[in-house]
Parts: sequence; C-alpha cells; structure tokens
Amino acid sequence: MTKITLVAFDGTRFDVDAENGSTVMENAIRNSVPGIEAECGGACACATCHVYVDDVWAETVGAPEAMEEDMLDFAFDVRPTSRLSCQIKVRDELDGLVVHVPERQA
Amino acid sequence: MTSPIETDVVIIGAGPVGLFAVFELGLYDLKCHLIDILDRPGGQCAELYPEKPIYDIPAWPEISGQELTSKLMEQIAPFSPQFHFNRMVTGFRKLENGRFEVETDEGELFHAHAVVIAAGGGSFQPKRPPVPGIEAYEGKSVFYSVRRMEEFRDKDLLIVGGGDSALDWTLNLQPVAKSVTLVHRRPEFRAAPDSVNKMFAMREEGKIKFEVGQVTGLKGENGQLEGATIKGPDGEVEVACNRMLPFFGLTMKLGPIADWGLNQHENLIKVDTEKFETSIPGVFAIGDINWYPGKLKLILSGFHEAALMTQAVKRLAHPGEKMVFQYTTSSTSLQKKLGVQ
Repeated sequence: MTKITLVAFDGTRFDVDAENGSTVMENAIRNSVPGIEAECGGACACATCHVYVDDVWAETVGAPEAMEEDMLDFAFDVRPTSRLSCQIKVRDELDGLVVHVPERQA
Repeated sequence: MTSPIETDVVIIGAGPVGLFAVFELGLYDLKCHLIDILDRPGGQCAELYPEKPIYDIPAWPEISGQELTSKLMEQIAPFSPQFHFNRMVTGFRKLENGRFEVETDEGELFHAHAVVIAAGGGSFQPKRPPVPGIEAYEGKSVFYSVRRMEEFRDKDLLIVGGGDSALDWTLNLQPVAKSVTLVHRRPEFRAAPDSVNKMFAMREEGKIKFEVGQVTGLKGENGQLEGATIKGPDGEVEVACNRMLPFFGLTMKLGPIADWGLNQHENLIKVDTEKFETSIPGVFAIGDINWYPGKLKLILSGFHEAALMTQAVKRLAHPGEKMVFQYTTSSTSLQKKLGVQ
C-alpha cells in the first residue's frame, strides 16, 4: 500500500492507503473526496477529475501525455502542475503524494 | 402548428440502452421514435469513448463504443426506428386520451402510449467556462454555438478553445468579423493540423490575433460584452471584444426532464425494479439515468431494464391482450419480425 493524500478545495485532507496500480481518481471516488466527478469513469475523456499535483511532487509524478494534455484543455483554471487524476497510477515512488482538488471541475 | 407524430413509444436518448429498447419493444410490434441531442446514435459511447474498449458486454470480450453502437444499429434495423437528432426534449404532458405528448426544442410534437427516458447522464450541453458573471452575457453577447454567421458581422470577436470548433470558427468568421482574437491556454492545438497551419498563417498576415492564456474576467453592461481579461504566462492582458464564443466541449445535464415532476434520487430518476416505471405511470426510465436500490450503472443492466420495461409497455399499449413470452431462437413469428424467416 502507498499512502497518498487528497486535499479537497475546502482544505479537508483525505489520507488514503492506495493500492499500487490503481489510479488517484479511483482512490478519490472510493473515499468520496468531494470535487472529483470522473464523469467518464476513467477513460481520459472528460476532464472532470482534474487535480493540481503538489509542487514538491510535480517532478516525480511527471508530465501528462499528449492525449491527457488535450483533455486538460477542457478543464478549468489549468496550472503548470495540473493533471487528470485518472491518468496518475499509484506506485512505490509516489508514497506520500499530495494532490489538491480545484474549486470546480466543469 | 405541425401535426404531431403518432407512435407507440418515444425514447429519449439514443445511447446503447435506448437503442436496445427498440429491439425489445420491436419484438412486441411496438414502434419507436428516438430523440437525441447529439447528431448521431451511441450517446456516451459515441461522444466520450468511441475508440475505448468495453470489456463487460456479455459475449464480447472486447468491443469499442463505436462498434457496440454499430452492432446495435444493425440489430434494431428490422424495426425501422425513426431518429430525431440534434434535438432536446423540452415539453411533456399527459393527454386526455391517456397518451403522452412530448415536445422538442425544434417544435416537433410526438404522441405515444409510453415515454422511455434512456438519457444516460443527461443531455450533452456546452461547458460553461468558470468566468465570474458569464451567465449575464449568455445568449446576448456570449454564445456556445454559431447558428448564423451574420450575428458576428463587424463584431470584435473573442474565440476561446483549442479544438476543431474553435479553429474552424476562427477561420470561417475571420472574413465576417471586424476582428478575431483566439485564446487558448497553450500554443498546441487538438484541431486538424491543416486548420492550425491556416490559423498561424492568418496571424502572420495580421488578420487575427492569438493569445496564449485563460479568460479570467469579463466586463460590460446589461449583457453586452466590452472586454475580457486574459491571464497568460506573462501576466494579464485586456482584450476589447463584443462577442465571445467559448468552445470547452460538452458536459451532461438532466435538463428539462428535471422539471417533469418525477421522483428523483440525487439527480437520478427513481423507478421500480419490476417495470422500471417512474412515479408517473406510463413514463419509464432505463439505463444510467435511473436509480433503484442496488442500481449499477452498467450497459448490461440497462439492457435488462429495457426487456422488463417492454413487458409493461406492451400491457399499456394493448391492454387485455394475452402476453405470450417467446424466444427469438425458436419463435417463427419473432423470426419473421427480425427478417430471418
């Protein structure tokens, strides 16, 4: 298990034991983190699971691939560390990861 | 006033579950008209994930959203369903003769024994960008689609987005508008490369402007836009404009159905699990849009719901007639209907 933290827009922290290989979005949904809608269910097709990766983690998590970058065009208030949480797979080196949920998705 | 279209069943939504309902209803000689806001069948399968594989359709270890849609269209073809695309259902009422009237935003009227809501996550509608106060400008100087190009003649136009809609309208409205500024959050585009090249060429010639950034504020009065603030990598810039066209893709909303007076559960329509009927007898809801204890939003659940709903609709349309349950494998009368006899 890898520990990750999702911070809701109101500041509430959700500390989650995430299975390696699962996506950050799946963990957000399982733990009812408010603000993650994931309308398309993880198909990288809707941009409603947008998160900001905490600055200190941005490099480790890495940049989005081309398709995800395209989908981010539909997200709002996109910032340099913006990612779609359905495209971040939990792995050992993300132990301690922190992501922030934006004010709104769509 | 156009005369109403008379049919057995109106199905709202032409996604996989709406399509399969045509098959089940067709086996009992019930004719269907389908209404969908998209321009083609398939619903989310066509709009959100046409290329993505689905792994939980029985007997299909792997099938894409587009293939599933095509196969369903093939399966229901013998029943000649009538499609009405690019329309949203707006009005609904029960007629004195017990049938229902359904109205679309194009003004068509349908009369039917039963209404089946198979609208998935709701109707696809343009996404509204999170610009404070944008609502006040919508329909007056901010538009999410171009109905008539003349509306943009001699206007200072701001187009926002990076897909084909944004690029196509930049190219097409440039000769009409007084000025065109395209805004996109990055210099790369999702649009056809040819359009992107043309856009950059126009910028080189000074015919349009292109700003990298996101719109953060609007100014104007009484719904009439005067300018927009764009936050880019080098800070904020103000752009004068009196028309804006944001193209941020589509989202799903329940829409006018929410006002029909149906009992709901968290924006989903409550149904029973015998007939999948809503709180209004004769109105059914199947697929992702309904809710009952234990509900799973799976395409296969929607197929099951379509089969059971059909039994109830048959009784409603032909009261008193004996229901004969038959299998397509062995019934010659069903096979005739399917055109395989």
